[in-house]
Parts: sequence; structure tokens; C-alpha cells
Amino acid sequence: MVGREPPVSDDELHAYVDGELPESRRAAIEAWLAAHPEDAARAASWRAHAELIRVRYGGVARSPVPAHLVLDRLARAERKWTWFAAAAVLAAFLLGGASGWYGRAAFIAVPAPVAQRVTAEALDAHKLYVAEVRHPIEVPAEASHLIPWLSRRVGSTLRAPDLGSFGLKLMGGRLLPGQTGKPAAMFMYETVSGERYTLYCARATAPETALHYNAAGQVAAVYWGDGDLGFVVSGPADREQLLKIAQAAYEQLDRRGRSNS
Amino acid sequence: MGFRHDVEAAIPALRRYARALTRDGDAADDLVQDTLVRALRSEHLFHAGDVRSWLYTILTNLNRNRLRSLSRRPTLMPMDENDAADMAGPEAGGRDVERALARLAEEQRVALLLVVLEGLSYREVAEIQGVPIGTVMSRLARARAQVKAYLDGERPMLRRVK
Repeated sequence: MVGREPPVSDDELHAYVDGELPESRRAAIEAWLAAHPEDAARAASWRAHAELIRVRYGGVARSPVPAHLVLDRLARAERKWTWFAAAAVLAAFLLGGASGWYGRAAFIAVPAPVAQRVTAEALDAHKLYVAEVRHPIEVPAEASHLIPWLSRRVGSTLRAPDLGSFGLKLMGGRLLPGQTGKPAAMFMYETVSGERYTLYCARATAPETALHYNAAGQVAAVYWGDGDLGFVVSGPADREQLLKIAQAAYEQLDRRGRSNS
Repeated sequence: MGFRHDVEAAIPALRRYARALTRDGDAADDLVQDTLVRALRSEHLFHAGDVRSWLYTILTNLNRNRLRSLSRRPTLMPMDENDAADMAGPEAGGRDVERALARLAEEQRVALLLVVLEGLSYREVAEIQGVPIGTVMSRLARARAQVKAYLDGERPMLRRVK
């Protein structure tokens, strides 16, 4: 009987295993498999491997959904995102801090890949240079060419905000390779007790306007975007303090932006 | 309200799919979060059709973007030990499966996981991947052949010289 049947294609075997085969062909395939042990073994191994995959990952769907993926919370964050401009989002972010912190950026919308990359680069640079004793900066704050030079290389008018109200004194800055090798600038600040903060500025396509707090062990970073620039303030992982500093930097840089345009 | 309800109901399956796709718990949940945010943002654009398929489509596309940006910097591979704890089932077999999946081309992995793990039809997968059904079937066939070659190769017992 088998000899009279047209040969079964691989596509049909897969469809058979996946339950996609029309009922009318089932009997023919089963007869074919009975007569062709190698095909039967292949089909059996596909089934077995499918089962291995389901066993390996099935548990994820049965485990509780983490808080930051709860839809109501995400929807609330989305409404904030839609209604407020950057400054208002910042305020919401700070208010949100009072009601508790639920792990990763649960309050505001998800950081875009751009924000994540710029933040990662800023944190890398921060960790590297903050630890430097002798040469943490390249050009000191006293040098008149610091700002014009970095502005020219980054390709945007930069300014080092005055963070004196936090006891932070500008030490100077340096040029860094940013995303895909484009120049980025970093300003470093220091308190009298030697705590160091950095402000990282890089060209970023479609930067977001929301502030994102991102803790990575001892240090943390706050990211925001403005026009075609992404900014990251990094420092010791004290959320309240870092957000205040970032807010001050944000306001000063934003004011500059508006008066220039 | 139906839309929100459908999205909510899909979250566990999206997490499962994302985990298998990335083999990295944090990256997977970031992808799911990003998917949900985008879905909420474009709720008004969604008129008819299957919400679940649409969510799988968003997640699949987001992961492709993620892989593109990852390819520009060194990849950080998660240690097997880190997420073995939350996995039920035979650990050793699980790791083999993970490695076998890691070796597949992304579009083959997507096709295999959507069919085998998520139980979608060939037609649904074709719509999600934006290709004809025939392409889905050849991706599936190649994925299965590679997984089989890898897993069989891992077992010396079955290696026999004729």
C-alpha cells in the first residue's frame, strides 16, 4: 500500500508534528512513518526537543508577574508620560520617590536603548576617572578653552552648570569617545570632602526627555535628554541627593537651551 | 476594557517567550515591559485582530533592535547558575536546550519558539514575521535540524562510527 502513496515531504512531516496537517492526510502520514523508521525517528526527536523547550521555559509563565510588569502601574506611568513636559515629568518622578521605590524604573516609561547606552557609557567613564588620583580630568576648570573646546568637539554649545549650592566645585573636564566613536564630554565636580560627581554630555539621536535613575552598585546615574543631547549625572548612589543635583543641572542647562533658541 | 484585559492575560506567555528568546531573565522582562508600554501607547491604533499576535510581533521586533544594538558592543552572557534556581525541570537538559537555541539564527529561533513553545499556527507566525508560510516552514525545518544536530552531538553515546 505504501508503495502506491506519493512520498511524504519534510514540510508535511513538520506539519504533522505541529498539528497543522489536514485531517485527510493524517492516515497517509502515519502509514508512511510506520514504513520509514528514519522519518519516524526524526519526527519523534522533533517532538522530544519541543518538549525539552517547554519544560525549560514553561515555568516562567507560571511564576508570578513581577511588580514592574503590572499593567495598571505601567498604564499610570504612561499617562504621566503623555501629559507632562520634561519638567513636569521630573516633578512626578520626585514625588513618586516619596511613595516608595519599586526596583527598576517603574514610575516613568521604559528607558529607550539610546538612554541605556549613553548611561552605561557615562557610568563606565565615571567609575574610571573618579578613581584617578593624579589625573581625573584632562583640562582644568580654570582653563578658558575648556568649554569652547568641548562644545566644538561634541558639536553643541555646552555649559558646566554651577552646582555650588551642593558644595560641588567644578574641577574640569575631558573628551571621551561616545556612542559609535562620536566625541562626548565629561565634567567632573568635587566636594571638599572629596566626593566626586560627573556630568556626561553626548550627542544622542532621539533622546528622551524623562529622567531615569539607574543604580549600579556604589554609583548611580540620572539620565535625561534635551534636543539632540543626552545628559547623565553620575555620583554616589544616594537617590535623593543625585536627583536634586540632576534637577539643578537640568534646570540650568534647559534655561540655556531656551534662551539660545 | 477588552483590550487591557487581553494584554494582561498575555503577560505570562510573553515573559516565557521573551525568556526563551533572550535566555536572560533581566533582558527578557525589559523586553516585556517595553512591549507593554508600546502596546498601551498605541492602544488607539489597535482596531481589530488578535491582541496576542500583535504583542508577539512587537516583542519580536524589539528584540531584533536589541540584538542590533548589542552587536555594537561586547555581549554580556548570563551565567547559567544565576537563573537555574527559578527553573523547574531537569537542569542539565535545560542548559543543553539553551545552548542549542543560542546557536540558531534569530529568525529561526523566533519561528521555532512561536510554534513549539507558544503554540501559534504557521499562519500566525507568518504574520508576526511578515513572511510567507513557506518561509516559516523552512525556518522551522532548519531550526529543528540544527537543534537535533547539536543535542545529538552532545551525547557521546549516540555517536557511532560506521
